[in-house]
Amino acid sequence: MAVITYRDALNQALREEMQRDDRVFLMGEEVAVYQGAYKVSKGLLQEFGEMRVVDTPITELGFAGVGVGAAMVGLRPVIEFMTWNFGVLALDQVLNSAAKMLYMSGGQYPMPLVFRGPNGAALQLSGQHSQSFESWLAHMPGVKVVTPGTPHDAKGLLKSAIRDDNPVLFLEGEMLYNTKGEVPEEEYVIPIGKADLKREGDHCSIVTNGKMALVAMQAADQLAKQDIRVDVVDLRTVRPMDIDAIKTSVAKTNRAVVLEEGWELAGIGAQVVDYIQRECFDDLDAPVVRVHQADVPMPYAKNLERLAKPDAAKTIAAVKKVMYIE
Amino acid sequence: MATKIFMEALSPTMEEGRLVKWLKNEGDAVKSGDVLAEVETDKAVMELVARGDGVLRKRLVNEGESRPVGQLVGVIAAKDENIDALVAEAGGTGTASGGDAAKAPEKVVAQTQETAGTSSVPRTPQQSQGESSTPPQEKSPGAQPLPSAAPAAVGTGGNGGRAKSSPLARRIASERGLDISSLQGSGPGGRIIKRDIEAAATTGATGAAPPRSDRGARAGREQPFEDIPLTQIRKTIARRLAESIGPIPTFYLTAELDLTRVVEMRAAMLELGDEFKVSINDVLLKAVATALQQHPEVNAHWLGDRIRVHNRVHLGMAVATDDGLIVPVIFDADQKRMSEISAEARQLARLARERKLKPEQYTGSTFSVSNLGMMQIAQFTAIINPPEVGILAIGAAEDVPVLKDGELQSRKRVHVTMSCDHRAVDGAVGARFLQTLRRLVENPLMLVY
Repeated sequence: MAVITYRDALNQALREEMQRDDRVFLMGEEVAVYQGAYKVSKGLLQEFGEMRVVDTPITELGFAGVGVGAAMVGLRPVIEFMTWNFGVLALDQVLNSAAKMLYMSGGQYPMPLVFRGPNGAALQLSGQHSQSFESWLAHMPGVKVVTPGTPHDAKGLLKSAIRDDNPVLFLEGEMLYNTKGEVPEEEYVIPIGKADLKREGDHCSIVTNGKMALVAMQAADQLAKQDIRVDVVDLRTVRPMDIDAIKTSVAKTNRAVVLEEGWELAGIGAQVVDYIQRECFDDLDAPVVRVHQADVPMPYAKNLERLAKPDAAKTIAAVKKVMYIE
Repeated sequence: MATKIFMEALSPTMEEGRLVKWLKNEGDAVKSGDVLAEVETDKAVMELVARGDGVLRKRLVNEGESRPVGQLVGVIAAKDENIDALVAEAGGTGTASGGDAAKAPEKVVAQTQETAGTSSVPRTPQQSQGESSTPPQEKSPGAQPLPSAAPAAVGTGGNGGRAKSSPLARRIASERGLDISSLQGSGPGGRIIKRDIEAAATTGATGAAPPRSDRGARAGREQPFEDIPLTQIRKTIARRLAESIGPIPTFYLTAELDLTRVVEMRAAMLELGDEFKVSINDVLLKAVATALQQHPEVNAHWLGDRIRVHNRVHLGMAVATDDGLIVPVIFDADQKRMSEISAEARQLARLARERKLKPEQYTGSTFSVSNLGMMQIAQFTAIINPPEVGILAIGAAEDVPVLKDGELQSRKRVHVTMSCDHRAVDGAVGARFLQTLRRLVENPLMLVY
């Protein structure tokens, strides 16, 4: 298998799907001439031309609406937000048009549309540009929300997202674009809604998604040195959520830590804990513990930002807590 | 290292104790286990023993004074050890009579309780419905006081007497037939978790409920009891009847038993010598014990979510004392000969009147008997002693006219009335028990079979 970056994995997925289906097109700020703010769309303008790789003005609500309209008339748009922090400007089109079109048109208008872009905090981008939106977005019926954490998952899931007839909100990560991982040479897709057991252990389950899958793996590595073996359940998709994968793991380990990038209240972790208490009540040997961002706007100061973010140390402490260690 | 002497919980329901008499003087050398003082509990006069070696340096309570459980009442230390701080602390926590029990640094359960009896009958308040109003007894093996504000971090203490346990621990315990309430939890706040269950299962250290067995082939006496989960109909009966009458929906079954042959037997035995003298009550106790062995469904405890059917018969016998009613227990009564029952019943009644009964002698009964025959009460109903499910009230043996083959005869007869907890015992079940009892009493030779 080739080892490539998350960025290149997304680029391959876009290229392959655009080659496979000429209804697929990419639209957003700086996606064409500039080759993408994060170079995800590198080379696509040259290969597919300006009808299928379209630069837009700085008008998120406007071009999101164009995407919805294009999907209604049979195209398969991929709309890039430079970051999901800007995507909130388009929320009306996402929430009120894309998510509801099929339902409110009585099934007349399918919505084969992907909104994609980086999500969550990078480094020192401060409060307005460091936000994790998966729980906001997953709140809506009518969409799917995908949060791949590795190059392999990013490619396989983006291809599935483009082929899906429903609006898919695809959450990447600025800090993920340069990460590398093995990606198969041959074509593959990963089904939406399917979690991945990234590591196996019988002492505790860490249920996580997106960028935090990497944090969970770091924590697992350090815990292994202390003979604590954890399951890392990477949900990959947060809507629909793979409840069976959570159940299977917690039934085995009897303990769970839920790790997410965003804030605590009404977060993805809150939903995971609800599934666990409902489905795994008799399997639990300890209360479930959550790890998440501090309940503050992301600080700009480097030291405070580090304290606010969920990390491996906090995850390790949580694992030990649910294992009644220390 | 000084050893603190606390007012210990010497009975399951004791909240304070009166120091009747010091048996050691200040300056006396004492060894662990030595009796330091006599303490009057709510039930009896008990011994307070030393928990460490040294010299009894300080007595902090005068004879005749009361102290709440957990209060410092004395100090054992080396001869020249400085105990000023300890004594000062006792002053701080209130040496005044009747100090605040809630502020007691520690509640210690006497050793006698933990080893009490051979019975498996529940002793902790949360197990015994009869003691549901008593505060939990917290036990701590060490002598280090817990901070007064901290909830007890052990076992079944804290949290209003509910044993905290993880759902997984409860599931595994249930699958393995372990009695979770007998375990100490090692999790936060004393929570019983999986590893505690597994440790108990490996060491066999817990009050293991036997696996369900066929009632027809009931296991031997090595299995002290069997827990029968409640069926739906049982649950419905329990709920509906409790709605109708009190928390224990009681009904009463009265039978008149003919004592002609008992009287004949007593006379014949007396002819053999005074050592063979038994009372009618002794015969009835033996008959009840034997009948209980044949009807384990009334030799049972109602535990709320299940019925605990006891394989051993521990017969409680109500004794009136000047202080009130107490029910000492004849353990394994069904296994004892009539002479043993007779001697034990007399002994227990004497101890009860002298207030010398130890807790293990008045806890753990599986069924009780109350006899007011000596007070010329013809018949009466007794109140069930929960969690037992039945009690037998025995009236006076009286000569009554009986029509036999068309002729009037004089017969000695006794009325017995069984109070039954309808949640556990249906009318027919109680009646069958009384049928057996009648057969045994009216044919007392069967008691020697």
